[in-house]
Amino acid sequence: MNAVRVSWLFLKLGVLNELQYRVNFFVSLMQAAIALVTGLVVLALVYSHTEELNGWSKSELLCVLGVQILMGGAIKMYIQPNMTRLIEDVRDGKLDFALTKPEDAQVLVSVREVRIWQAVDIVSGLIVLAVGLSRVTTSFGPPEAAAFAVSLVFGAVLIYCFWLVIATVAFWVVNMWHAVELFDGIFQTGRWPIGIYPTWLRVSVTFLVPIAFAVTVPAEALTSRLDWQTLVLAAVFTVVAFAIARWFWRYGLSKYSGASA
Amino acid sequence: MTTVPQSVPREAGRIRSMVDIYLSTARMAIASEFQYRTGHYFFLLGMIAEPVIYLVVWTTIADQQGGEVQGLTAGYFAAYYIVWTLVRNMNIVFGAPYWEYRIREGDLNRDLLRPVLPLHYDIAWFAGWKVVMIVLWLPIAFGLSLVFDPSLSPRPAEIVTFAIAIWGAYLIRTMLQESLGMLCFWTTRGAAIFDLYMTVELLLSGRLVPLPLMPDWVQEISRFLPFQWAFYFPIESLVGDLSNQELVQGLLIQLLWILIGLAIFKVAWRSAIKRYSAVGG
Repeated sequence: MNAVRVSWLFLKLGVLNELQYRVNFFVSLMQAAIALVTGLVVLALVYSHTEELNGWSKSELLCVLGVQILMGGAIKMYIQPNMTRLIEDVRDGKLDFALTKPEDAQVLVSVREVRIWQAVDIVSGLIVLAVGLSRVTTSFGPPEAAAFAVSLVFGAVLIYCFWLVIATVAFWVVNMWHAVELFDGIFQTGRWPIGIYPTWLRVSVTFLVPIAFAVTVPAEALTSRLDWQTLVLAAVFTVVAFAIARWFWRYGLSKYSGASA
Repeated sequence: MTTVPQSVPREAGRIRSMVDIYLSTARMAIASEFQYRTGHYFFLLGMIAEPVIYLVVWTTIADQQGGEVQGLTAGYFAAYYIVWTLVRNMNIVFGAPYWEYRIREGDLNRDLLRPVLPLHYDIAWFAGWKVVMIVLWLPIAFGLSLVFDPSLSPRPAEIVTFAIAIWGAYLIRTMLQESLGMLCFWTTRGAAIFDLYMTVELLLSGRLVPLPLMPDWVQEISRFLPFQWAFYFPIESLVGDLSNQELVQGLLIQLLWILIGLAIFKVAWRSAIKRYSAVGG
């Protein structure tokens, strides 16, 4: 439980720190608005030429967009800042500061940063999701809500595992600047039903970069498409991925000799 | 009367030394950027996610509707979005956000000490970089062609036009972005405006979809804006079915927008540089 206490402390610290820069809130708001309008325009454009895309109606795809924005917000708020800091720290030799502390190093490097203004994306994602959900004809009750919440957590953990593996590669390859751009580009695949992609791409964005689990599966839960097998698969995959990521992190760490000192 | 014979050779010498500056800067850029080819490759790979997504979405719709959307076939979409990747690359220029960096970090002070405008160095350096990117792009285009099966059968005139038009696109976008960058002399919060600009550009340039898929009123508006001439036109010149007259017309409109952009930049630069006072150094 020490890990939870440490995370909470860092979170409070991060929030206080970010609260100093209030204008950034308006910058985030503006950027979220632009991203949202763009997403809606694209959706309107696509559905002006077709009634449904691979069996998904416009309102259902609005739910997908909502989940994608929501998850994107969470990633940019908490996961990505920590992982890019990890990459930078390895390069600059500052990682030693984290390693010498008497706490699990993986916990430390995963909770040090928080960008609270990105919460704007989470809110905007929730609004899109609510609007989409209100137009969907399928029933939405407590079981769907529970499945949605659970799959969302699995998705977030999977994205974290993916990022931890990528960031750990920095122990060997210092030149990881484009990792963020690469991820942001691929993350956009989540805006559309995963079924439209060719097999190689579908498999890649399901197991290699777990976007399908992070966005499509929660969206399926919302629109009553999710079967329990998929949810079990998500759970098993999350556990396996977490174990692999942790092993890889420790392996990378054991190869790390420090840069300063 | 006496000034004319003197100014002609001086003018000729000026042009020659300008060409020299351009060529050496571009050569330096080629040598320098080629060192970072692995990094550039990752960048290119990240970039293809965007067109591949658009391509898959529109191909799906085309397939659902018996093969085409408003007369555009799956093969057309494949060709469009594969050529897209190169044109998008040519559209990456010394952008407005870099002006903010250049001013903040004091790099501008150094640039101002040089005998010619920073604009010239920017154009020449990125032009050299583009050569590297085109070479790196070729295998990616080949790979995408294997996967997505584009229908592409350009006439020689279309190939020639395309080869010119991608550089026209590069210059149009350079002029517009550099002009926009002048805002940084007045405000440190240009980012919001740049984002807005990028969104308008995304929708009206043909980056999102081939323009015929847009509503008619959007197409009408975008005809009178520069964006599509830096994006849709170069792609369409190779992929589409434009007549020779339309090809020449397109190149002339490109030229027009380059000159308009240059004029805007010159006016903006003149008043911007008057406001500037160097800090540190």
